[in-house]
Amino acid sequence: MLLAATTSFSLPSIDYLAILPELVLLGGALIVLLATSMVRGGLKRNIATAITMLFSAAALVTALVQWGRISAQGAETTIAHAIVLDGFSTFIGVTVLCALILSVLVGHDYLKREGIESSEYHILAMIAASGAVMMGQANDLIVIFLALEILSIALYVLVAFNPLRGESGESALKYYILGGFSSAIFVYGIALVYGATGSTNLGQIANFFSENQLIHPGLFDAGLALVLVGFAFKIAAVPFHVWTPDVYQGAPSPITGFMASVAKVGGFAALIRVTIAAMNSQSASWKPILYALAIATLLLGAIVALVQRDVKRMLAYSSISHAGYILIGVEVGTLAGTSAALFYLFAYSVMTVGSFAIVTVLGGDGDSDHDLGRYRGLARRQPWLGGALAVLLLAQAGIPFTSGFFAKLGVVSAAINGGSWPLALVAMIAAAIGVAFYLRVVVLAYMGSDEADATDTPSSQVNPQTRHAQSTLLLEGQSVATIPAVSVPLLSGIAIVLSVATTIFFGVIPGPLLDFAHSAAQLFLA
Amino acid sequence: MVLATSMTIPDILVFVTGALMILVGAAGVIVAKNPVHSALCLVLTLFGVAVLFIEQQADFLAAVQVIVYAGAVVVMFLFVIMFLGVDRTEDVHDEPLMGQRPLAIGLVLVLVGSIVALGSEAKWSGGSHSVVGINQGPYQNVANLGKAIFTTYLFAFEITSALLVIAVVGAVVLARRSMITNAPRTDSLGNPLGATTDFEGADR
Repeated sequence: MLLAATTSFSLPSIDYLAILPELVLLGGALIVLLATSMVRGGLKRNIATAITMLFSAAALVTALVQWGRISAQGAETTIAHAIVLDGFSTFIGVTVLCALILSVLVGHDYLKREGIESSEYHILAMIAASGAVMMGQANDLIVIFLALEILSIALYVLVAFNPLRGESGESALKYYILGGFSSAIFVYGIALVYGATGSTNLGQIANFFSENQLIHPGLFDAGLALVLVGFAFKIAAVPFHVWTPDVYQGAPSPITGFMASVAKVGGFAALIRVTIAAMNSQSASWKPILYALAIATLLLGAIVALVQRDVKRMLAYSSISHAGYILIGVEVGTLAGTSAALFYLFAYSVMTVGSFAIVTVLGGDGDSDHDLGRYRGLARRQPWLGGALAVLLLAQAGIPFTSGFFAKLGVVSAAINGGSWPLALVAMIAAAIGVAFYLRVVVLAYMGSDEADATDTPSSQVNPQTRHAQSTLLLEGQSVATIPAVSVPLLSGIAIVLSVATTIFFGVIPGPLLDFAHSAAQLFLA
Repeated sequence: MVLATSMTIPDILVFVTGALMILVGAAGVIVAKNPVHSALCLVLTLFGVAVLFIEQQADFLAAVQVIVYAGAVVVMFLFVIMFLGVDRTEDVHDEPLMGQRPLAIGLVLVLVGSIVALGSEAKWSGGSHSVVGINQGPYQNVANLGKAIFTTYLFAFEITSALLVIAVVGAVVLARRSMITNAPRTDSLGNPLGATTDFEGADR
């Protein structure tokens, strides 16, 4: 009788190329998982890293193959329009996979230093990355939610995976509980949006709005607001950022870098897809929210970062501030804004993973030493490491000849052209404050032995508050002689060099990446 | 009003009963001192949701609700509560943050109020204040659900399995984590996973 009831039934067609990066990553994770349990005595760390690198690189290659297909044939949706294969999704995929590859390199040395032979790090990192790639492709609110959960749950566990690190457990619990709340709010929002529009599919929502005008948009607005809360939590936008410093500080440093880049890329990918692609006609509803979020995020992130003494907390607030810049690109909502946000996401991911790689290396055994004092005179002890740190931090500050400069320039000029000049103004103020706290670390690393000289140098650029902080640091800080030089492990070194090279390359010749981001934003399927 | 004008009096009675079950149960989960009572109050809430499903003519969902949530999930909750010990009382009167309870109540009221206000002037996608699907006869609920899962929501359905894999892997990782940290470090656990000895080596 049941069979009789289902008359016409045809499975949706599946374009496997569209979901190939996720399949490769999930397959790699399952292979490492199986190998870990099958091999007697557990899988060796080197082999686990090799398999992970192989599969991540393969996924990156499939993403580039996707790009070739899209350039030739244009964008498409597949699996009952739940998945989009377009330039945007491919760009997000490439960004996530680059961050994954760098993080696996850094993580390998971290595991070696901490004496952890097990391969959960590799498994969970690949699964988290697959979730982030999926968020870039999702064309259905349900799929976005599931991809978000795949990403988040893997990250909750990654934060806590080192059993000998007590503070990790605490921050993982905080992250988990707050993340669970935000997911619940997000799902409630999806339910209300479904009630208001009759579909969870982003394409159908866009169609609904092209054919209908909501006279009483209350239900939709409530749903949209709750969905935005869920996204704002993931991208750490103020006032949904409170978890960020604690979790960034408590997590093992390579995980922090991975989380900071991948979670933010995934969150922004889905946010851009939902707002600009699906609900562009309703921009009067979401633009003011993003406007306020962007201003609060930019200013609070930059100002609070000024007073941090722990490098990981400082970078956490700096990543909050970065979210504000990217939000500007989303808020503007134009082609220029979207491509600027994409460019920013790529530049940010590479810089962040690189910065946290250096933090990992300097953290020492147990990954515990993250006080700013640790960075005093770094460039004199280890010129290369100090130079790399300086480049990555200056790139985050947006100094010319780094990719960070073009990232900030892109969002600010998009904001001015899009008519949101107050946002551009706030962004410039935040950037100016940002220069202060990034330079503070750089100056500390390059400070000569005669300390009076060193404090005078930055005084022209740095505001009095920071100068005060610097002089306290000088008084409290250890003497340079007692800080030992650290040896940079090979794979971490490669990761740092790669991220520095990428940052400088796209800072000097931004053309290829700008074009990639621009055509990715153009090949954007609503 | 959110309630549909087309509702008959029996409909309203069923709705009010279900809604009361949900609200009383939800309040009970928070108010009850004994965690077992909290879990049982959760059953009441879940039954209330099942009643509302029936009222919306979603019989299959109501059955699933009772079997999966009221049955399996709450039983698992009870297992966990029993494992951890029912008699362990926690002093919840000592507040680390002053005035967070009144503040929480106020903010929740504001949130609920604004959602109700927004919802009450809203129209569902059909353009009406409430939507009820057409009753297509017996078994159609199940057939439609099955069809939706394997067509419209095929990808979502498939990646749910990925989500379950992560949940299991994550649970095992975290369970091993507490095993390793709780175990006396000098004593070899004979752990077949091969990680324990390495952690001992790293112990400083």
